[in-house]
Amino acid sequence: MVSKKYGSIICMVGLLAIFSWVSAAHGRSDAYKENIYPVGTLKPTDSVLKVKVGDLAPDFTLPAVRGDKVTLSQFRGKKNVVISFVPAAWTPVCSDQWPGYNIAQDFFDQNDAILLGITVDNIPTLYAWTNQMCSGDETLWFPVLSDFYPHGAVAKKFGVLRSEGVTERALFVIDKKGILRYIDVHDINKRPRLEDLVRELEKLTK
Amino acid sequence: MMKGVNKPLICFAAFAICLLLATHAGLAFTNAPAIGESLPPFELPIPQDARAQSYLGLSGPGQFTIAQIEAKVVIIQIFSMYCPICQKEAFRVNKLYRTIQKRNDLKDKIRIIGIGTGNTAFEVGFFQKKYEVPFPLFSDENLSIHQILGEVRTPYFIGVKINRDGSNKVFYSRLGQFKDVNSFLKRIVELSGL
Repeated sequence: MVSKKYGSIICMVGLLAIFSWVSAAHGRSDAYKENIYPVGTLKPTDSVLKVKVGDLAPDFTLPAVRGDKVTLSQFRGKKNVVISFVPAAWTPVCSDQWPGYNIAQDFFDQNDAILLGITVDNIPTLYAWTNQMCSGDETLWFPVLSDFYPHGAVAKKFGVLRSEGVTERALFVIDKKGILRYIDVHDINKRPRLEDLVRELEKLTK
Repeated sequence: MMKGVNKPLICFAAFAICLLLATHAGLAFTNAPAIGESLPPFELPIPQDARAQSYLGLSGPGQFTIAQIEAKVVIIQIFSMYCPICQKEAFRVNKLYRTIQKRNDLKDKIRIIGIGTGNTAFEVGFFQKKYEVPFPLFSDENLSIHQILGEVRTPYFIGVKINRDGSNKVFYSRLGQFKDVNSFLKRIVELSGL
C-alpha cells in the first residue's frame, strides 16, 4: 500500500515537472497561443552548401499555398529574388520571421525584388500556419512554397537540407540574371537581422 | 518505508525534477512582473531624440531606469516588429497615446514606452516609422530585458506607478492586446490610483 502510494506521488511529480518544462517553452508572439512546438536549442547548421555566390541558382518549380506553381526562372530578367528557407511551421523562430517580412514589402519593392518563402511542410500545414500570421482575409504578400514532396528536393539542390529532414534557416539573394549574390545559412536558433537583408537588397540596385 | 517502489520510476522522477530545476534556474526572473511588486531593475539608453527626451523628462547621454521617467505612471509595451498582433495593435497603442495627450488631467502624469524584444535598433526604428509610433521605442536585441521581465510573449503591457521617493510598484501586468482604448485607460487610471 505504502509503496504504491509513493510510486503514484513520484510519478505525478515527474509528470508535472516535465509538463511544466514543456509549457514554459513557446513562441514569443501571442498570435500562436500555445500552438508553437518547443524545439529547444538545435545544432546551429547541419548541412553542406552545394552552391556559392556567383553560381547560377538551381531552377525549381514548387506548389504555392495560394494554389499555383512557382518556378524560379520565371523571374529571370524581371525581378531580383530572395529565397527564405525556414526550418518548419509551428516552431518558435520561424513563426516570428515571415511576419516581419510581411510588413517590409517596401524594401523588396524599392529594390525590384520578390520574396519566396519555402519550407518542407505540406500545403495544408503551411495554409494553417501562415493564416495565423495574418488576420481576416489578409494573406502574406509573398508566395509560400511547399518543398514537401519529393521531400526537401529543392533544399537538397541548394545544400540546405538538414539531417533531421528540415531545412536550414537560410537566405539566398538572386539577381535578375539568376546569379546568386548573397547566401546566409544562419544559425537555426536565431533570426537573421532585417538590416542585413536590406543591405544586400540595396546592393542589387546600386 | 519506500520498499517496493520501482527504481526506474524514481530515476524518471529525479530526471524530470532535475530538468525542471535546470530550465527554471533563476525562477524569480522567469516570471512576469508581479502586481504589487517593484519592477525588476533594468536600464535603457536615454534617447538621442530631443522630443523623446522631453517626453520622458530626461537629458544627456547615458542610461536611465523606469523610475527616473518624469511621470506618475509608466505604461511599458513589450512588443516585437515580427509579432503579427503587435503590428495590428500598433494603431490602437498610438490612439492610447493621443487620448492621454489630449486629456489635461493625464498628459503630464502618464508616459508610454515600447521595448522591442529581440529586435535590433534598425528593426525598432523600422517599426516606429512604419506605424508612425509617437512615443519612444527601445531595442532589446540580446533579450536581456526580456529575460529580466520573465520572457513574456508579445504584446505584453506593464503598468508601473512611480512613487515620490523614487520607488515603484507594478499595478498592471498582462499578456495580449487590449480591445478598447478608453476601457484600457480607465482601468489604468483606476488601478494606479491617479
